[in-house]
Amino acid sequence: MNLSKKRRAFLNSALALISTLLIPVKGYARWDETAYNEVDIADSIRSIGIRNPGELRDASKNIELSLPEIAENGAIVPIKILSKIPKTERIFVFAEKNPQPLVSDYIFTSDVEPFVASRIKMGETAFVHVIVLADGIFYRTARQVKVTIGGCGEE
Amino acid sequence: MIFHPMETGYRKNKHTAEMIPKHFIHTVKISHNGKSIMQVHWSRSVSKNPYLNFRVPNAVSGDELSIAWDDNMGESGSGTATIS
Repeated sequence: MNLSKKRRAFLNSALALISTLLIPVKGYARWDETAYNEVDIADSIRSIGIRNPGELRDASKNIELSLPEIAENGAIVPIKILSKIPKTERIFVFAEKNPQPLVSDYIFTSDVEPFVASRIKMGETAFVHVIVLADGIFYRTARQVKVTIGGCGEE
Repeated sequence: MIFHPMETGYRKNKHTAEMIPKHFIHTVKISHNGKSIMQVHWSRSVSKNPYLNFRVPNAVSGDELSIAWDDNMGESGSGTATIS
């Protein structure tokens, strides 16, 4: 009994050690041109590894998403995201009606907060979807931004 | 902020009426005292002269933060700042 407990403790610490060792080896995913070239929002969401968009868990309360309600200039739409989901690994941003919906992908380590602020272009009024990958599970939230002047073809 | 045109490929040159080729940063690597802490992937839907704000809780005065970027035309750039 005692022995088996000891062995389990050893196995657990060995596993913990292996997983720490794996982090630097794993490295970052590379920029995936195919995902960024998808033109349909559903294909775009699938391209990041979500087989069934139905598996996305709603996390409106755990993902703080700041976006203007109305963007007069679609060329500069400020966006700010903070994930409160433990073990957040990645944050993906999609602008549903842009010619290619996948806008950006932020890959975090434990040395940074799962936070980002940036500025995006939006072609027209649309939902901005934010998908968080945390501990292997995908979560989502979304908000609509009304765009007065589209920002893809103009300066 | 990085100075970069972030061209979508959907804009026309007003004088020649030719389409301006897409030209955008796709990868940004961020390190803290030489250790990689964050990586960013972008599309052409990120605004011109991209602005990026991130938080490094363990950073203290005197630490170095570096960023390095690559774009779709094979250009790259980098910069280092010392936290005051």
